[in-house]
Amino acid sequence: MSLLIHLVWTFALLSILAVGGGTAVLPEMQTILAHQFGIDHTQFVHIYSVGQLAPGPNMLMVLVIGYQIAGLIGAGVVLLSFFLPSSILCFYIGRLWSRFGESPWRRSIQNALEPISIGLMSSGVYAVAKASIVSGTTLVLALVTLYLILRTKINPVLVILGSGGFGALLMTYYK
Amino acid sequence: MSSQIQGDAQLATQVKSPDLSDLFIQFLIIGAVSFGGGIIAYERILLVEKRKWLSADEFMAYLAISQTMPGLNSVNLAVLAGDHLRGVLGAIIAPLGLILPGSLFVLGIGMIYASAADHPSINLILGGIAAAATGLLAAVTYQISDTHWRHMKSLVIIVCTFLLMSILKLSLPYVILIMAPISIYLYRPSKS
Repeated sequence: MSLLIHLVWTFALLSILAVGGGTAVLPEMQTILAHQFGIDHTQFVHIYSVGQLAPGPNMLMVLVIGYQIAGLIGAGVVLLSFFLPSSILCFYIGRLWSRFGESPWRRSIQNALEPISIGLMSSGVYAVAKASIVSGTTLVLALVTLYLILRTKINPVLVILGSGGFGALLMTYYK
Repeated sequence: MSSQIQGDAQLATQVKSPDLSDLFIQFLIIGAVSFGGGIIAYERILLVEKRKWLSADEFMAYLAISQTMPGLNSVNLAVLAGDHLRGVLGAIIAPLGLILPGSLFVLGIGMIYASAADHPSINLILGGIAAAATGLLAAVTYQISDTHWRHMKSLVIIVCTFLLMSILKLSLPYVILIMAPISIYLYRPSKS
């Protein structure tokens, strides 16, 4: 029971701190999960990565983390605590906004949060990269993906699946 | 001609308040087909073009609030659009539809992962998938940062945030408590 309460508290806090979207909390989530819930960095990055194959909002992989920690109940608890707090906040602020109208401060706050959120996403890239780029092969796969996403219109899901298959093949022979 | 007008009038009243079930199903479809991201674009097509539930201006205003508030932009947008269209129930139903298909998908993955993660060849595949996901995240970060790299003000904030988080390893609440006031001060509305 205390494990579930700990999960609720952790993910509710991450929900409220998700400035500019879910990926901003990736490094914090990775650290907390390693220190407090025994999910190591490699496991975390694997779960994050397979989550990218799913349709819908891109942080649904938190469900897998909940499942891994406390089974189906854990998955449900994490889903609610990660999505409810920010949604409720947005609901009420949204209503206040339509009552008070647009203020120059809203634009200012949005502009101010953008670079913070980019900085946090960069930390996310760094955190994920440290756990996933562990060999020459994985480095090449990451760079090829970066190139394909920036320069072509291939669906990212296909690139990720291709990298999984191709990577497994390469690593079997070259390690 | 008159039936056309009548049709338009009927359409206009429909536009005012869609069925809850219709709202749910439309967002459910987005939640099910949006493989590989781009979910905001799907929402725009639904809300502004396909059903005309929001005007382009309303959509942009809600998107701006979604981006300002914490949480996932696509989910926040569904909350605000749902509230606009059907009040509290709409604000619950729309995001629910959006996350339901992906949640089931991810849960399936989770069950497979929990039972197969120790298998060596599965681990090799996961290694390749993780490398690609890193490349994807780097690409998305680069695309979102757009012109920010060239502006001194935002570049400084980006770098400071990164240093506090990744090098000094402060926890996220502290990083935000330090950076948000500084950044909001730098971007405060000009008096003019």
